[in-house]
Amino acid sequence: MILKALIFSNSFALIIALLLIFMDRVINNYGPCTLTINDDKEVQARGGTTLLRNLFESKYFIPSACGGKGTCGYCKLIVTEGGGAVLPTEELMLSTVEKKAGYRLTCQLKVKNDMKLHIPEEYLNIQEYEGRIVVSDPVTLDIRRVGIALSGEDEISYKPGQYVQIKIPGSGESDYRAYSMSSCPDEKKQIEINVKLIPDGIGSGYIHSLSVGDELDFSGPYGDFYLREDSHRDIICVAGGVGLAPIKSILLHWDRQNLNRTLWLFYGARSTEDLYDHEIFAELDKKETGLKYFPALSEPDEDWTGKIGFIHSVMEQVLSQDINGEAYLCGPPIMIDAVTSVLVSKGVSEERIWYDKF
Amino acid sequence: MNMFLLLFTSVITSNIALSYFLGMCPFVTISKKIDVAAGMGIAVTMVMTLTASANWLIQNLLLIPLGLEYLQFLVFIVTIATIVQILEIVIDRYFPVLYLSFGIFLPLITVNCAILGISLFMVLRSYGFIETVLYSFGSGVGWLLAIVTMGGLRRNLVFSKPLANLGDPGITAIIAGIMALGFIGFTGVSG
Repeated sequence: MILKALIFSNSFALIIALLLIFMDRVINNYGPCTLTINDDKEVQARGGTTLLRNLFESKYFIPSACGGKGTCGYCKLIVTEGGGAVLPTEELMLSTVEKKAGYRLTCQLKVKNDMKLHIPEEYLNIQEYEGRIVVSDPVTLDIRRVGIALSGEDEISYKPGQYVQIKIPGSGESDYRAYSMSSCPDEKKQIEINVKLIPDGIGSGYIHSLSVGDELDFSGPYGDFYLREDSHRDIICVAGGVGLAPIKSILLHWDRQNLNRTLWLFYGARSTEDLYDHEIFAELDKKETGLKYFPALSEPDEDWTGKIGFIHSVMEQVLSQDINGEAYLCGPPIMIDAVTSVLVSKGVSEERIWYDKF
Repeated sequence: MNMFLLLFTSVITSNIALSYFLGMCPFVTISKKIDVAAGMGIAVTMVMTLTASANWLIQNLLLIPLGLEYLQFLVFIVTIATIVQILEIVIDRYFPVLYLSFGIFLPLITVNCAILGISLFMVLRSYGFIETVLYSFGSGVGWLLAIVTMGGLRRNLVFSKPLANLGDPGITAIIAGIMALGFIGFTGVSG
């Protein structure tokens, strides 16, 4: 009786699986298609697969943080021909203006025929790199500082604040996870990231499991969160916890280039144990380099002499009204929102506030 | 006449949404706009008819002869998932316009309880094949009718001020209740 049920359910599942594979191979196969990129390059694409995956396979790296689920909206590109109508799964991520301009969400758009599309210059700069871990130091209970040296003669040029996507090897298709670089962009042969261990996080778990000498692949640089160097305003940097990484990159660049602008650094953490690189900033602050450093702890120990409370309330006290500055924020969404409203109330307009929420 | 009656009851008086309250999640969440509601309704009708017919064949040609009726739930769910998957691939390939209007809803329907409900009812009521096709098609059309009507009613909600604390789903549930009374009012006709 049980044997009969087993045989039946197994053969039933087998038939269903074969049927689906057949459908996928035959009907979902649109044959080879040609993608024309920026009117001059042509690449072959697999019809039936999303545009984003096809571009990845042809070594065009388009920013994407959600893994093709259509929720981050980073992978939008202008498709001039062959895209068809905008799909309902794209609607949420595209504004009316973007739709008019021909933007499409490449992770949702399947290649079904030849297409013409436009990839911005800065994305073409994105490359794939092979690296080897040269530093892996715990800096707090759950954050690790990871230094990655590029293999061979490779060099990476990026702007302070940008991020890389680390390839997480998996059983099926590889996953990618984004980490901001905390190193100075002058250093082109080696990058540094700060990785906070998230329980059950596949990216942080993988990187924490690696040790010095291990190899890993990544692509980059990505992101429009970077220091704007065409202004003379004060730089207001706000970091929450491990959000310090891109801010540190901005600070190192500012220090190395001797930018003649005041840099305000607001750094919020829970306790002394969660505060890292504190000494470096305190040292720079003392040397009168133009850095104004304000660390704040929300749950301080008894011997803490600095500011106490959440970082936005510290900013409320410290910053003067109508400060001529531009702001770079990186931290959890709740911090970004609170800090943004403080900045706006101090007269910093919203288009001069850049942030990286995670 | 019997067949016509079956179709009529499944569309109106024994409406799957309003008298059995099955398939409520999309009924409440996707009924804000009429065109979107209609897309969902068409997708449900299509999937319901196809899955119930396929499940009837599997039930009567495979499960009963083999004495494996107790595998019903498992097999029905797998069949539904497969049919939805195939339907999505086929519509995307050959009917891109249709895909645009309701293709997005197909994967959602896989886990819709109304779909499985119809397959189980047709077994309980020991319908024949033709009856099953009519019954499932009628139930789909009934669900479509209910969700489109709801879409139309909800569009007019902006002109009234329901209790704020009730929220959107709350007032939708109340409207569904009143609609159900209306639909059941037809019982005399079919009686």
